[in-house]
Amino acid sequence: MLKKIIISVYFLFIITSLLIGYQPGLEVGLNLVDFAKNMLKILPPAFILIGLFEVWVKKETIEKHLGENSSFMGFVWAIILAGTTVGGIYVAIPISYSLYKKGARYSVIFTYLGASAICRVPMTIFEATFLGIKFSLIRLLTSIPLVILSSILLEKFLIKIDYKMGQKD
Amino acid sequence: MIIYLIAGIALIISYLIDKKKTINALKLTYHKLKKILPSFIIMLIFVSIAFYFVSADTITKYLGNGSQIYGMFLAFFFGSISIMPGFIAFPLAGVLLENGASYIVIAAFTTTLMMVGVVTFPVEKEYLGTKVSLIRNTIGLLIALTVSIIIGVFY
Repeated sequence: MLKKIIISVYFLFIITSLLIGYQPGLEVGLNLVDFAKNMLKILPPAFILIGLFEVWVKKETIEKHLGENSSFMGFVWAIILAGTTVGGIYVAIPISYSLYKKGARYSVIFTYLGASAICRVPMTIFEATFLGIKFSLIRLLTSIPLVILSSILLEKFLIKIDYKMGQKD
Repeated sequence: MIIYLIAGIALIISYLIDKKKTINALKLTYHKLKKILPSFIIMLIFVSIAFYFVSADTITKYLGNGSQIYGMFLAFFFGSISIMPGFIAFPLAGVLLENGASYIVIAAFTTTLMMVGVVTFPVEKEYLGTKVSLIRNTIGLLIALTVSIIIGVFY
């Protein structure tokens, strides 16, 4: 309901701005078109790959490598998967939900989510180009262990409160 | 565009191996996209407004110079509320450095940009719930703080 109101008010504002030539409204509208184009470049194929992942990858495989009894390699897999994830959190979040449904444990899922923000390979190359390799290395070596550690702690908390991913609170 | 190619090839291979499974996968894709679409639109609306108020020029103006502690917190703020792809963010960070911003400020900006998402919150909340999304973003902020301090030690 709230979403519908926000969307209606927003588009009313953009259309009015178009009609009366209100400059800030036009700029906001152009921003929307820009970002929508960027997302269209990524979202449909990303969701197709997520769909294929869900029908083809066996639950047992994910449980074994990323589930309750997975070793430390589970975290390594999560980081490798995150490094190759395209787009931003809006792609990583649906992927993490698919991993959850296939039986991955929370610490691995949240490591994946954190790592997909900080370890994406193309992004890191950009970073190193403009800010130097030393900067990227310090950043990665500081943040990756913290992401893993915080995910392990978060998992303990989530199990305690009997959290189920995908449920509204 | 390469991801379209990858998805296309994966679809074709999948279809050749198992037609039924592939159609199921496409149905899943459709339902997932449909379910999340309203949240995506809300996110886009937030992004378009945030980008109007916090453009690259604004960020350069405020983070270019000034005290480190003040600059760092300002950078946390800008990084948390903006969303921009790496090919815009890092050249911008390069410009900030040239304009006299410290590495601490740069680290604070780029790390919160990556880890804290105020405008992507509607999408995150849809899958993780409000509470866990809040916790996750707070953790991101704390990690950004740590990274900035460590960067400050090394530069």
